[in-house]
Formats: sequence, C-alpha cells, structure tokens
Amino acid sequence: MKKLKVIAAMSGGVDSAVAAARAVDAGYEVVGVHLALSSNPKKYRSGARGCCTIEDSHDARRAADVIGIPFYIWDMAEEFHKGVVENFLSEYQSGRTPNPCLRCNEKIKFEAVLDRAKALGFDGVVTGHYAITKDSPNGKTLHRAADIDKDQSYVLAVLRTDQIAGAIFPLGDTVKTDTRKEAKERGLFVANKPDSHDICFVPSGDNAGWLRERLGSETGDIVDQSGKKLGEHKGAYTYTIGQRRGLALTVPDPTGEPRYVLKIEPKSNTVVVGSHDALAVSTISATPPTWCGPIPEVNKNLRGFAQVRAHGEALACDYKFDGTNLIAYLDEPVFGLATGQALVIYDNDRVVGSGTICETI
Amino acid sequence: MSIYFDHAATTPISDLALSALTDAAKKLGNASSLHSAGRSVRKELEAAREQIAATIDCAPSEVIFTGTGTEANNLAIKGLYWKAAKSGKKIVVTSTFEHHAVMDPILWLAEHEGAQIIQLDVDRNGVLNFDTLNKAIAENREKIAFISIMHSNNEVGTVQDIAQVVRLAGDIPVHSDCVQSFGKMELSFNELGLTAATISAHKIGGPLGVAALILKKGLDIEPILHGGGQERDLRSGTFNAPSILAFAAAAKESRSKLGERSTAVRKLKQQLIQVVKEKVADAWVNGNQTNTLPGIVSITFPRSDSEGLLLLLDSEGIACSTGSACSAGVQRPSHVLLAMGLSEDETTSTLRFSLSYSNTIAEIEKLGAVIASVVERSRAASGKK
Repeated sequence: MKKLKVIAAMSGGVDSAVAAARAVDAGYEVVGVHLALSSNPKKYRSGARGCCTIEDSHDARRAADVIGIPFYIWDMAEEFHKGVVENFLSEYQSGRTPNPCLRCNEKIKFEAVLDRAKALGFDGVVTGHYAITKDSPNGKTLHRAADIDKDQSYVLAVLRTDQIAGAIFPLGDTVKTDTRKEAKERGLFVANKPDSHDICFVPSGDNAGWLRERLGSETGDIVDQSGKKLGEHKGAYTYTIGQRRGLALTVPDPTGEPRYVLKIEPKSNTVVVGSHDALAVSTISATPPTWCGPIPEVNKNLRGFAQVRAHGEALACDYKFDGTNLIAYLDEPVFGLATGQALVIYDNDRVVGSGTICETI
Repeated sequence: MSIYFDHAATTPISDLALSALTDAAKKLGNASSLHSAGRSVRKELEAAREQIAATIDCAPSEVIFTGTGTEANNLAIKGLYWKAAKSGKKIVVTSTFEHHAVMDPILWLAEHEGAQIIQLDVDRNGVLNFDTLNKAIAENREKIAFISIMHSNNEVGTVQDIAQVVRLAGDIPVHSDCVQSFGKMELSFNELGLTAATISAHKIGGPLGVAALILKKGLDIEPILHGGGQERDLRSGTFNAPSILAFAAAAKESRSKLGERSTAVRKLKQQLIQVVKEKVADAWVNGNQTNTLPGIVSITFPRSDSEGLLLLLDSEGIACSTGSACSAGVQRPSHVLLAMGLSEDETTSTLRFSLSYSNTIAEIEKLGAVIASVVERSRAASGKK
C-alpha cells in the first residue's frame, strides 16, 4: 500500500516536534512545515515569547533534521494577518473578546495549510495539539485529550468535519510530561522548551498596550447600569468582561461592594460596571455554529456540557440548535463571560460543535 | 537515488581536490613561519597560487585568498570605495541584478558611508543596458568610485560583456563577481582588463570555505580584516593551506577539462529545456540563451508556486532551487527576475536548474517523467490565476 503523505505543522515547540516524529513512526511520509506568520519578521517575531520567533523556526528546522524529514517554511503572513490579526482587532472594536488561537486553527492550520497540503497531494496535516479524533460511522469525530489539563479540543472546536477528517493529532493519548520525556529520548533538544502562552503576535504580552497602539485610546465614561458616570476609561476595548482591577472609579459604590466590568459598548465608547451578581450568565447564544460531527435536530433540547474558556470547566447544561444559533442553558450560572469567546458543547468527551458567543443572559 | 540539479549552489568536491585537501591537512606547519616546516607549506601554497593565477590569467601576486566569495566581494567593494572616497569619489555603479554578496555591501556603503548608487537596468533577457552605463559614466566620470557588474548571473546564467564595461569605464576601477563563470567558461583577468574579480572554490569542485579576490597588482585598498597581514597586507588570517591547495587542484582540473565539460553540460541543458517544454507547454526559459553559462537554466512555470515545486520535486528525489532570495526562511520574489521584468507572481513560479558534467540524460528523463504532475499540483496549491 502506498504510504499516506502528511504535512507536519512544526512551531518549533516540543509538542509539534514529537507529533511529527510519531507520525513518521506510524508509517506516514512526513514533510515538516513551519508557518511564517509575519511579513515583517522583526515585527512579530522578535523575542522568545509566543510561537513565531525566528529562533522558533530554527528550532523547528533542527527538530525536523533530527527526525529526518524534509522541512520547509511556508509564508502564511497574509492569510494570518487577514484571518487572525484583523479579526482580533475588529472583534475588540466591536466590544467583544476574541480568541485568536481558535481563528488560527480555523483559518490557517486547518484551512490555508490543509488546503495547500491537499492540493500538493498530501493526505492530511499533523499538529501537536492535545485532542483525539475517532472514526465513527458518520466520519471522524473530535474528542477531549487524555491529559485533561492539556486538552485543546476547545480551540479545535471550530473545525468542520471535513477539516477534522484531514487532521492528525498524535499526542491525544499522551500526558505532557511524557511528551517532554519522549522528546528527550528522541534527542530533540526542544524537550525543555517552555510552553507558549501569550498571543504570538503580541510578543510583549501587553495586550492592552498593543490594542491601544492600533485602535487609539479614546477616553470615555465608565457608567453604572443606570447610566450614571462613575469614572473614565482609557480606551474601551482594553477592558474585559468580569474585570475588577484597574477601573480607577471616582465614585465609590454606596454598599462598598466591588464593581466589575459588565459590558463594553463601543458605539457610545462606554464601559458599564456593576455588582458581581450582575455578571451571572445562565443562557448563552453563540453563532454561527460549527458542527464537529452530526448536526443536531433543530429545536431539540439535548443534554451536554458547555465550555466557555480554554481550559475552563465543563458546565452541565441543556443545549439546542434553533436553526441559527447554538444556545446553552446552564444548570448553574457562570460569572464574567465575554461575548466573542467561543461556546463549545460537549457530549461527554466528544465535541458536538461551537459558536462565537453573541449574547448572554 | 537522488538527482542533483543544484550545482550552482555547490557541487561535489573532486577526487583530486579531496586528496590535495586531506594530504595537506596532515602536514604540519604555518605558511608564515620561517622554519623548515613553515617553508615547506609556504612552497606548496605559493605553487597553488601560481596554478590558480594561471587558470584565470593573472599574476600570482594578484591572487588574494579569502574565506568565501562573499568576503572577497566585500573586500573589493568596501576596499575600492574607501580608497576612492578619500578623493571624493562616492558614486558606485552597479546593476539591478547582482548577487546579494555584491548588492548588500554596496547598500551598506550607501547607508553607512555616504555612497551614492547608480543601478543599471538589465533587459528582459538579463543583458546589461549599455546606454545607461554610457550615460552614468558620461555624467559622473570624476565622481565614480568603481563599477561592479557580475560576469554571469547565478540565477539565470546570462553572461555580460564585461570587456565592453571595462572599455567604457576607462580609468574607473571595475570589479566583477566571476564566481559562477570561473571554471565554467573562458575567463582572462588580463584580457578583460578588470581591476578586481571574485572567484570561489566550491563552485568548481574545490572545498567550501576558500575563495579569492583577484586584485590588480600595486593597488592598495583598505582591508576589512586586520591582523598579521598575510595576504598582501589586504587580508589577515592564518593561511588555510589545505583548502588553498585543494582549490588549486580543482581550478587546474576544471581548466584542463573546460572544453569537453562545457560542451557536455550545454548539451544536457538543451535536453533539460526540451524535456520540460514537452511536458509543460507554457513553461519558458529566462535569460539570453546565446551568451549564457553552460549549466544554469531558469524556467518559469506560470501559475505555479516555486516553493511547492521544490517540495514536490524534493519528495521525488530531485534537488533544484527556487533561485529566490530567502529572508528568514521565507521565499521572497527574486530581485534578479524582477529586474528582468517578470511579475512577482512569475518570479515565485520559477525554478533554477544548474547542471554539472556528472549529470546524465537518464536523470533529465526522470525529471521529465514527474514534472507535469508536479507543476499541476503546485498550480492547484498556489491560488495563482
């Protein structure tokens, strides 16, 4: 039988290196590819944070050499800027809090890269994500990883079934400490490289400052739910729903209770604050839904779990698809939920689907 | 069995060069030492210098060994500039499609040392526009520090009429990057009348890490590397005798077999072009084909993507190159092809194949067997219309 050919997306980190090595062991013909996500390497790719520095591309190349596979750098800067960075900015401008890692998986790794790989005659894309795919009568389905602390099914829940079909996650059954151990045994010097946590195109880690630089810092009012002015903010989009610190309110709360950001209204450039109770959310609507398996029957109430943050808790809920939106009715309320984040629905460990949160009640 | 069509990047070391290298590496002695061990190495080193001088038709004292071709270009360009700038000559005349090892030191001089650059156009065939050269010289004769035009282009193989450049230059110094031409075609430093020329060992079957600047006798330029002054006080550093001896062996061998090898390589190139055109009807060859190096051919496969082509050919066991500049590993449109008037899309749809006498017709047939499907897949992936 002819060997299946795959592209291994190699970030320069330990996970993608071990994933590529495992794909070779599994009998795939593997070609390593590092994605250059900035057209101006000095702009995003300075410093050692994130996952797209020049050192990272060298690390990825070295890992590919050790594994013994060909290695190329693919320039995805234009696609990344359009699909991820611009989306990130426009979401903040609209008062929402986006998750760029989801967009990157959706638009870059499993769209731009997968499409290109397929056109070149490859059968799929290997990444170092911690998630599991399983064959089912309805095609491949997406599941949580064995290492629940590292589980990345949340950021992959934007993949359509055809994208999941082309995805290979060799680390799904592994705990991170074992990945590091294996990297060491394989002679991959990235074994001890720290995990990346920051947004890769904000190398300083100062998200608020990065946004202020690009979107300006027009001051505006901080108001309570009745519209009464309590203070001034330095650019509405640098605040996050649920945020308590750094509000610098000039009018104290009569009850002495701390106040939290409830809402960001970009049109009037105001930030609405209120009590912790006012942050409670029980119903979450998300759109447009992406289904990682069979599409649920319209308006049928189903039991499942909702997750609203990467590495967040699985919240027991009823959910339904109303034909347009994916709606979750939580058993217990959550606090401080930002629109723009993803709602991901699980059927036990299987990812049912996801959507971008557009409304919370 | 892998097929190597990237001999302009580097080519295998020849057996003669390899034995010269290993024999000399076993020998003790620093060629600068006055004792017998030093003298013995020095004797061989100077014989090697004479051999290399003979192959490019210059005086032995005109051969200045350097570590790389890039270093030789830097030495010539910065050295000639600093010398001329002392008398107020700050204009550097060059072409738009030089190798980065020429272009970048010149740009550096402009950024840091106040050099002014006049870049001469090339036409669609990669041939220098002599009208613009004439004009540049006529208008700036007294202010030109030097002229640097490559002898042949590394991406498309086009050979320039350097003798004519020198004639027009008169007493203006002329440097030429001869790295791709040396050992591949007739090349006489004296007949061309050059002031300086760059040659390198590893393009002709010599080892990596040794090259030379041929610099006219009696001309003192500013060095870049200061130290023991080993090479005419223009380049310091302990003599790399083993590599220099191997360089000489390769130079001598390629000189003696020049005629037969260039005929054979030129024939292989014609076959490669024919095979590719048969399989990919709309592919075209870039550059003047009447005055060109025997082994280099640049082929554009419209609407394809050279990165994809390279990847797919590599997976078929065929090595060639995109001929594009590489910035942090990311392919950028080739300035050479852009200078020749290709569009950005066309430059990133282009491959360079560079052949050697060791390639075979069977290898070219293997390329012919896969090229159509490779181009087709690359086109599907490129998104180009």
